[in-house]
Amino acid sequence: MTAEIGLAALWLAAALAVLQMVSGFAGLRAPADAAHPLAIYTRPAAIVQACLAVLAFFMLLRAFAVTDLSLKLVAANSHSMKPFIYKVTGTWGNHEGSMLLWVGVLAASGGLLARFERRLPERTIGATLAVQGFVALGFYAFLLLSSNPFERLPVPAAEGSGLNPLLQDIGLAVHPPTLYAGYVGLSVAFSLAMGALLTREVNPSFARVMRPWVLGAWVLLTLGITAGSYWAYYELGWGGWWFWDPVENASLMPWLAATALMHSVSVLAARDALRTWTIMLGVLAFSMSMLGTFLVRSGVLTSVHAFAVDPERGAFILALLAINIGGAFTVFALRAGAVAEGKRFAAVSRESALVFNNVMLSAILAIVLLGTLYPLLTEAFDVRVSVGPPYFNPAAAMFAIPMLLVMAVGPLLRWREDKPARLQFELALLASVAIAVIALIAVLGDFPLLPLLGLGLAPALALAAVLPLRGRRLARVPVATWGMVIAHFGIAVSLFGMACEGAFTEERLAAVAPGGTEQVGDFAVTLDSVAPVAGPNWTAIEATLSVSEDGGPPVILTPQARTFWSPPQSTSESALLTRWNGQLYAVIGNQTEDGRWQVRLWWKPFVTFIWLGGMLVALGGVLAIAGRVRVDLRRRMAAQKGAERRADLEALGAQPVPAE
Amino acid sequence: MRNRLFLWVPLALFAFFAGLAAFMLTQPKDEFVESTMIGQPLPDFALKPAFGGLPGAAKADLVGGQPRLLNVWASWCLPCIAEAPQLEELRQKGVEIVGIAIRDRPEDVADFLARYGNPYSRVGSDPISEVQLAIGSSGVPETFVIDSKGIIRYQHIGDIRESDVPKLMAELEKAR
Repeated sequence: MTAEIGLAALWLAAALAVLQMVSGFAGLRAPADAAHPLAIYTRPAAIVQACLAVLAFFMLLRAFAVTDLSLKLVAANSHSMKPFIYKVTGTWGNHEGSMLLWVGVLAASGGLLARFERRLPERTIGATLAVQGFVALGFYAFLLLSSNPFERLPVPAAEGSGLNPLLQDIGLAVHPPTLYAGYVGLSVAFSLAMGALLTREVNPSFARVMRPWVLGAWVLLTLGITAGSYWAYYELGWGGWWFWDPVENASLMPWLAATALMHSVSVLAARDALRTWTIMLGVLAFSMSMLGTFLVRSGVLTSVHAFAVDPERGAFILALLAINIGGAFTVFALRAGAVAEGKRFAAVSRESALVFNNVMLSAILAIVLLGTLYPLLTEAFDVRVSVGPPYFNPAAAMFAIPMLLVMAVGPLLRWREDKPARLQFELALLASVAIAVIALIAVLGDFPLLPLLGLGLAPALALAAVLPLRGRRLARVPVATWGMVIAHFGIAVSLFGMACEGAFTEERLAAVAPGGTEQVGDFAVTLDSVAPVAGPNWTAIEATLSVSEDGGPPVILTPQARTFWSPPQSTSESALLTRWNGQLYAVIGNQTEDGRWQVRLWWKPFVTFIWLGGMLVALGGVLAIAGRVRVDLRRRMAAQKGAERRADLEALGAQPVPAE
Repeated sequence: MRNRLFLWVPLALFAFFAGLAAFMLTQPKDEFVESTMIGQPLPDFALKPAFGGLPGAAKADLVGGQPRLLNVWASWCLPCIAEAPQLEELRQKGVEIVGIAIRDRPEDVADFLARYGNPYSRVGSDPISEVQLAIGSSGVPETFVIDSKGIIRYQHIGDIRESDVPKLMAELEKAR
């Protein structure tokens, strides 16, 4: 029954999406002062639709939890012997299930918007929800017509074929749901941008409504990317933390757009500038999410993330993309000219620093997009290329470095107009820190240029991040400002980790006989023994390595080469030894003919700072949301009290006092 | 009219992308990596026997006489089971097939051949894919047509289906 309830819920939700869309757009046709009779249905439709989509997702979750092998999806992706946690997370470890999660989050964010957002004019909300319904409808159609997750098998399978072993990891529990929630959270920004454009309400109050959604989505994307990077780092056993793989880029591009959007929406909220640009970014950010979905699932690009690839599904998503993004860009082209120009600002001001940051972020986005799509272009002419780090690293750095420099200074500038002379001390301080560190490190050793620049920039950025707090009473600094400080500090921490990893990593690849010792960094690694071990659904060769740091007491590490039997596949389970100043990374390889074992060891100084920085950035985002929401609630309560007082006074027959 | 034309730029860029992606979706996707060794002589190699029943394989075993098939396979590879009947059919048509077992163990090789038939005249063991990579094969199973001078003439990627047998026979004929 579970599957049938889920399927029925999906169809009903799709029907409600139609109602939401029709009634929302109908509201637009009514004259400005009168409500359309249909308009009252928009909000309830969005809320009920959200409940139904979430219900459908929980039904699938249940089918996976109890391993209902009469469902095609469960039989193809699960196995009765799998550990329970991976049965549950396996729900979104496949195409249909992850698409259902996608749609569930899309509907849920629409529902939340409909339930709680009361600040915007009703027409704008109606248009926003209509767009949200329109987008959702497309994805319901995709699910129901071409990737039905609830399809039954004519005869229940005796046993499932199991989940890809790379996905049998706690990383799967965290990484996709956060990332999806982030991707899809951007849909609200997209719908709001469209709604504001359609009803010509591009103004600071619209920006204030949009900001928490953008921040929230951005926090989730940051966390999702950070988690994904760490997962790939320890699970794939290649020792790298970012591979510029198309799928990784697919998650990075919305993040870049969302980062730019978050900053420009702040300018719009605070200063009423950058109106058209904010709308553009709002459209772009969600477009990048959808583009990512298309690239990953259509199989037009080859990636290490082997998703169920199907050109027919690809065509469906491409059609959705064409309708949604093409439609949004068309509305943008027709309407954006009518959006009144925002307030102006001087060349040296916080606004222009933010504009510069936006332009640089967009340039990096363009670099990544170009690099990701370039193979697609050349393959059209039958040339196969693979674009990798030699392109991405320098090309992205070319724009990232100026952006980081401006990020250091921007928060110190005043809104509207400022004089560089006022910041002489700060600028000199930051420049001397960066130059001194670079000079020092360049003298000490011969390192590649990019890590060297990163090492110099990181301390300067860390210092710059806390400079806005200088001369302020810390207890009185707004929470949102703390958020900015911590997020910028996190960028510096992360950059430090990346630069250290790039500059100081030591690698050792050796064939070691049992009893033999290898030296990497300060560690002496001895191969004690190699023995077979077995887990619930795998067998493995496990090496026992005793690691001694500077001759200290040994610590045991056990890297494995695992073989899963359903589906048959082998994975390399790395073993990590974490110290405050870095990680020792060990992988066991094959046995050589003379009985020795290939052992691969890395000492990666400060590599953990990459993800620590990512978490700080996300924490900064959380604080920013908390600060904004608190101010907002206070403002709303004050407004409510004011209104009550006026009502009381009016009831007493006195003259109303002007509002604060 | 403020310069409105640039507002259409995003749409134009997107339309270009969508057109390109649509075109690429209709193109047949060729997932196979072709060997650059086609037309070149086999590299020198001499592999130990993969199991007790048959001799190992060396380059010398593939040079001279009739054109032969060089089949890259493994006992742990499922498509190799699927192509076993077709290899048997080729053998019955008088084709000599030399096997290279990739990353395999003698007992597994013997077990596989006992269960699914043995079409090979020799099977060499390639425990670290050394020869496999040298002849430009990136997966199992793959089958190469080697002419009497030891030159690689044709590469078949993936399992040999019933419909592939005539093509292979024709290639062997051409290599004569």
